[in-house]
Amino acid sequence: MIEVKNLYFTYPSGVEALRNVSLEIRKGEFVAIMGQNGAGKTTLIKHFNGLLKPSKGEVLVDGVNTESVSVAKLARKVGFVFQNPDNQLFSETVEDEISFALKNFGFKDTPLRRRVTWALKLLGLTEYRKASPFMLSGGERKRVALASVLAWDPEVVVMDEPTIGQDYSQKEKLRQFIVQLNMQGKTVVVVTHDVEFVSECNPRVILMSGGEILADGFGKNVLTNIELLTQASIVPPQVTEIFMGIKDLGFPVDIIDLYEAKELLMKRLGRK
Amino acid sequence: MSVFDGLKFRRVSSPIHMLDPRIKFLYVCSIFVVAIVFFELLPLLVLFLFQIPFVILARVQREWVRSLRGAAFLASIIFGTNILFRFMYAGYSLTANDIEYASAMTMRFIALVESFSIFFLTTSPDHLGLALEKSHIPYEFCFAFTTAVRFVPVLAEEAQTIMDAQKARGLELEKGNFLKRIRNYIPVLIPLIISAIRRSLELAEAMEARAWGAIEKRTNLYSLKMKRNDYLLVLVSIFVLIIGIFVRFYVSIPTLSNLLGF
Repeated sequence: MIEVKNLYFTYPSGVEALRNVSLEIRKGEFVAIMGQNGAGKTTLIKHFNGLLKPSKGEVLVDGVNTESVSVAKLARKVGFVFQNPDNQLFSETVEDEISFALKNFGFKDTPLRRRVTWALKLLGLTEYRKASPFMLSGGERKRVALASVLAWDPEVVVMDEPTIGQDYSQKEKLRQFIVQLNMQGKTVVVVTHDVEFVSECNPRVILMSGGEILADGFGKNVLTNIELLTQASIVPPQVTEIFMGIKDLGFPVDIIDLYEAKELLMKRLGRK
Repeated sequence: MSVFDGLKFRRVSSPIHMLDPRIKFLYVCSIFVVAIVFFELLPLLVLFLFQIPFVILARVQREWVRSLRGAAFLASIIFGTNILFRFMYAGYSLTANDIEYASAMTMRFIALVESFSIFFLTTSPDHLGLALEKSHIPYEFCFAFTTAVRFVPVLAEEAQTIMDAQKARGLELEKGNFLKRIRNYIPVLIPLIISAIRRSLELAEAMEARAWGAIEKRTNLYSLKMKRNDYLLVLVSIFVLIIGIFVRFYVSIPTLSNLLGF
């Protein structure tokens, strides 16, 4: 779906943000990109829909070089949800906000309205249809931003820090929603700092540091590798920390899943 | 954006950066006056070259070149309209003098941009605010001014993010005729204005939380004091002004085309 080959990117200010990054994201995959601030995560995902063009190397979306097509064309396939919903909300009503992209992509009246209704329902925003997006709470605004992207049903959904500024139950709802999206066959790419969020979703994890890919693999392997995590300035998930603390009792340390942890502990306690 | 880059302050330590901003402003004013009184290419060219040592001394050559590049578009418009009007005024003919006049007007603009860019490139917003305060402007206004200056790059960055976000939703800024293109910017401007308002409200609250305006009479951590180089620059400015006015009234200025023998 998305192929990145030996990508280098330098900002006009002279900062080299990406150095020789290569990766492939297949259709239907769920990928989390992690790393500290300034590791190049956002720069990397901005290449997926052509907002940034490579300084060297190439990025292919569905076999098409991003250099040769417009952002609008790529955006039809790759939906991009920005970190801060306030960077895109501008309409009078939530409905108009969601229609904006659909109009840009040339949807006609009836399918457009059907899509808006569908997207509102998908994110539980139906009651806010006529409300002003600026009057909504932070979490709701975030959902409007997400709905405005999902409305055109892109094949790939890229999200920059979806969990920031959300309370815990919101976050949990969002997590379930994202997992569900992925189960329905969407390719999902998430950029995040939130290890707990990642450990609960259990996606493929790409660890970045200083503009390079440090590791790329199962969450179970990457998030339990202390050496790698230290290099990327990330702390392991809490479950992993517990198991690292009790490893002398003969427990494995590569545990990131709560359910698996519970099973192991129950077994040790002699309960089924 | 390149015009703004050419005016953005960069922290470098150089003799020019250390100068008193009030004196630098005096210098800019005298350059301004001299540039305005001349209509001939030769003195304006001298004025332009005269300022280059300042740029080199301040070590801001790269930014300075960028500001000139940013001014190139306006400069070419000034050159074009001058040529056009001269051409029509003289009954659809053009002489070397007309071209020289148009070049002089362009050179005047460039010399002005040059002096302003030296001023803004080498004067920190803090210094600027301090200079305003010392000129007996109420502190509230000085603070508003320095804050505005400081927020320009922040807003420029924000505008870029918003443009990206709307492009990612299929907005094509360069599409359509002139009117449509202007309307394309609505989805960028509204979030930008709203975030600027939000930001200013937050800033106001943060300032009040830190007791802004609690004491009637403020003191400053840094104070402006005239040093040797400042007095030197005062002399240079006055000298430039006097020479400029003297040459204007008592010396006949040859045109460049005469000198070169056209």
